[in-house]
Amino acid sequence: MHELGVVFHCIKQINEIAAENNVKKLNSVTIQIGEVSTVIPHLFEDCWNWAIKKEPVLENSKLIIERIDAITHCEDCLKDYPTVQHGKTCPHCGSEHTYLLQGNEIYIKQIEAIDNQ
Amino acid sequence: MDEVRVIEIKKSIFEDNDRDADVLRSELRQKGVFLLNLMSSPGSGKTTTLIKTINSLKKDVRIAVMEADIDSDVDAIKIKEATGVQSIQLHTGGMCHLDAEMTRQGLNGLDLTNTDLVILENVGNLVCPAEFDTGASKNCMILSVPEGHDKPLKYPLMFSICDLVLINKMDVAPYFDFDLEKCKEYIKMRNPNAQVIPICAKTGDGIDKFAEWLKYNITQWKKEGK
Repeated sequence: MHELGVVFHCIKQINEIAAENNVKKLNSVTIQIGEVSTVIPHLFEDCWNWAIKKEPVLENSKLIIERIDAITHCEDCLKDYPTVQHGKTCPHCGSEHTYLLQGNEIYIKQIEAIDNQ
Repeated sequence: MDEVRVIEIKKSIFEDNDRDADVLRSELRQKGVFLLNLMSSPGSGKTTTLIKTINSLKKDVRIAVMEADIDSDVDAIKIKEATGVQSIQLHTGGMCHLDAEMTRQGLNGLDLTNTDLVILENVGNLVCPAEFDTGASKNCMILSVPEGHDKPLKYPLMFSICDLVLINKMDVAPYFDFDLEKCKEYIKMRNPNAQVIPICAKTGDGIDKFAEWLKYNITQWKKEGK
């Protein structure tokens, strides 16, 4: 259950950020998940919904997930291509000398704090 | 009235763990303790490989073992009985991997003053342990022959982070159409710097080469710490 571990890491960091900013309650959290990050968004969401029930700052907050497309760059022909369709082999020139530009990230993009007036 | 305020963060969730891992690594370097993170699928022969390797190394190297599993302490007991070295069991509580903080907690349970090498036997899994830096000096994985020579293509991240790949159960290679050269080629595609050592933990073949690799890397590690 990889997603659960990732969710725990996320919650720990969000709690720290909330404490630093003197935030007691969150309205929403935006997480960016790369297409080839090994985290499956709907499983992440299930784990998240279960885990935040025990978190006073996060309870009842909304989870917003944004996807980051996976893009690979070819070192030989210098073109980019979508990773999921073509994998490690460049579809333009057939080279294996390629590396992932983006798509394996898991970012906490932003949080929305509720400030009592 | 409640007001909503947006706080932008844009921070990788691995960032804290990566930092914890770097801190742990430099502490271990100063203490002269080499930490090997050993990963593989379940059933690849990690524990058997460890017992053979520890028994061939223990007269020259002071060793301790941390066994990480979701449950049970069979591996820690097995290691202690078969080798006599310090061995503790870590439970991940359902998690599929160890992170740097859990590794630190495990190390706190060991006496490191008289230890050169700590071997962390990670949870049997080729996916998640590759994502989380444990703070280890080197990463090593075992691929066993029945798993097939195409595993490097299926689990690219695991192979790309390993300094050493042990290929275990070489004695049964003819029964599984296992192509060692193909396997090495696939590993090189994912990680040109990875070293590959074919072994057979059952017969002890190749264990001496793994032991040499460890001795060399422990010596280098201790030099760096001075």
